[in-house]
Amino acid sequence: MKYLKLLLIIAFTLLLLFAASDLPYRGEADNQMNQEISMTGTPVPGNYYIQEAYNDAHTPNIVTVILGDYRSIDTLGEQIVIFTAGLIVFLLLRNRKEDEENDQ
Amino acid sequence: MLDFFMGHYAYWFTIILLAIGLYGMLIKKNLVKKTIGLSIFQAGVILFFVSVAMKDGATVPVKADGLPVSEVANYMNALPHTLMLTAIVVGVATLGVAFALLINIYNRYGTLNEEELLDKIQ
Amino acid sequence: MTNRSPSPIILLGTRFLSPYIMVFGFYVIFHGHYSPGGGFQGGTLLAVSLLLIRIASGTQIANLQFKDYLATPYAALGVVIYFGTGLVAMIMGGYFLDYEQLPIPGLEAADLRYWGILIIELGIGLTVMTVLTLIYDNMVKGEDYA
Repeated sequence: MKYLKLLLIIAFTLLLLFAASDLPYRGEADNQMNQEISMTGTPVPGNYYIQEAYNDAHTPNIVTVILGDYRSIDTLGEQIVIFTAGLIVFLLLRNRKEDEENDQ
Repeated sequence: MLDFFMGHYAYWFTIILLAIGLYGMLIKKNLVKKTIGLSIFQAGVILFFVSVAMKDGATVPVKADGLPVSEVANYMNALPHTLMLTAIVVGVATLGVAFALLINIYNRYGTLNEEELLDKIQ
Repeated sequence: MTNRSPSPIILLGTRFLSPYIMVFGFYVIFHGHYSPGGGFQGGTLLAVSLLLIRIASGTQIANLQFKDYLATPYAALGVVIYFGTGLVAMIMGGYFLDYEQLPIPGLEAADLRYWGILIIELGIGLTVMTVLTLIYDNMVKGEDYA
């Protein structure tokens, strides 16, 4: 069983190495994700964010504008995920001490 | 050949991280070590996204004097940075949930070893 | 680990260091428009400044700085700040989280977006700080020393 798992990890690594050999070179300016029109003919949002972020919000940090303005509903969802994680920890560990006292 | 290496070595380091994380999740018996493997796997994915956002000759996505924003090649792609910024903090919060579950498992069964745990559950 | 007396050097060192980390956290939140930073990172730094006191000196002294039962209401308050900003914008006639419609007089649309982003970053920072403190407080509950 252990050798099967090791074989699985090696196969996974080799598959990823094979797939990575077809990826474009890192950092070239004419990569697909840096062009203005994607393969399917729709505009790519990355360029719009860089060009219009300062005009839209007067904020030099483009990451902040994307986080707080363009994708703000996404950020609201992330914040609710963090809040829910805190609530789950609170509810899971709330009665731990009382349970130990009841066991004794 | 050197171009191929310089263009791809970041992906290879990412794949090494993914393999280490998968090794921790599959081979190790302790549940805390499995959780650490999950965290390493997540770090590999985050590093892959950030390394993909890189552009040669570009600067960080903060508007600077003397670099007009109309020229897209001056700034890196900011969208992967944003996505990974939220993913890191959410990853920390969900790691807290995982450790809370492990604390409850330990208090109930007295062990964190996978095989002993399967024996005790049955 | 019961009845371990904390070293006075550690107590004094953490009490000296904690306010400066907190000030740096506020700087990261409020300067997030001009440099790398924002609510998530600044909230984590604020949580670090609280956790330093908690780790070094135990729950009783740390409750003088930030009471542990206040963590959940403050985290909810952070979500309410974010959601309420969007709701105010929607009530004033725009879309949800459309900062152009916020009722702050005397500002043009782009500056309104600037202030709207700052308000929601404050909400995010409050939630992240209190949730990280909440996780730590609940994990060490029942194993308290000092």
